[in-house]
Amino acid sequence: MSDRQPPVRYIDRTRAQYEALGYGTYGWASNPDPPQMAHLDRPLSECCVGMIATGGIYAVGQTAFTFKDDVTYRAIPADVDTAELRATHFAYDLTDARRDINVVFPIDALRALAADGEIGEVAPWLYTCMGGIYSQRRVLTELAPALLERCQRDGVDAVLLVPV
Amino acid sequence: MVLTSARDITESANPPRAVFLDFPLGHTAGRVGEPELNRSIVAAALDTLSRDEPGCIVDLAHRWADTDDWKKDVMRVDVTPDGRTVTVDDRVPRHPTPQYQADADAEAAARLHRGQECVVCAGIDY
Repeated sequence: MSDRQPPVRYIDRTRAQYEALGYGTYGWASNPDPPQMAHLDRPLSECCVGMIATGGIYAVGQTAFTFKDDVTYRAIPADVDTAELRATHFAYDLTDARRDINVVFPIDALRALAADGEIGEVAPWLYTCMGGIYSQRRVLTELAPALLERCQRDGVDAVLLVPV
Repeated sequence: MVLTSARDITESANPPRAVFLDFPLGHTAGRVGEPELNRSIVAAALDTLSRDEPGCIVDLAHRWADTDDWKKDVMRVDVTPDGRTVTVDDRVPRHPTPQYQADADAEAAARLHRGQECVVCAGIDY
């Protein structure tokens, strides 16, 4: 094993690449204030756990995402056949996600943890959307509140977020 | 809690709790065909629910490969001897229409939706 290199600095690299290409700068989300913390009121083994993933995942039969500021989402039933899941996106290499969706949407892992009693249950619906949405305003005012409302209606205790 | 492969972006967005996996983008939850790895990564993320420090990021020890050489070519920008900056524009056009993984998926969606709103494709105007 050779020495480890520090994590890739994507924000700096994106800025340098966009500059080299003559594009404007990308506005990354920045929240310097300490985030609000919620606390579980019961052990994980009794919790209903949801998941929201940004990798552009859909199930066969659903409409795929577009690549232009798409702030819609898909509701994936927790008992979906993993082989029926697809991935589409403009901002990451889809090769491995299309070979095994679990690398960006670890649904089999969640189901295994529930089967073994490490979490109480998987939420009835898991949610997917696109990443790389240019309009932070639309994410904050449309997509995020819609997903929050769905997760609350589903009765989840915690949600795993899986960006790509 | 958040699983992430982009530590700096997560530091900036500052979610309550995160687990950082130092893998190339597109592998936030692990490698192809390694369900035990997927599971251990998800379990590590769930473990952060017991932590109280706002914005904590737990670094996982897993490595993508024996070397970290893959990091060199991510969004690489080079400067030529005569001072020009060179990079690869690998961005995909922002198609405004649904982008299916396979043509058969488009047909399946068309069959299923035929003129009606779908409860699981939320937020789409038909």
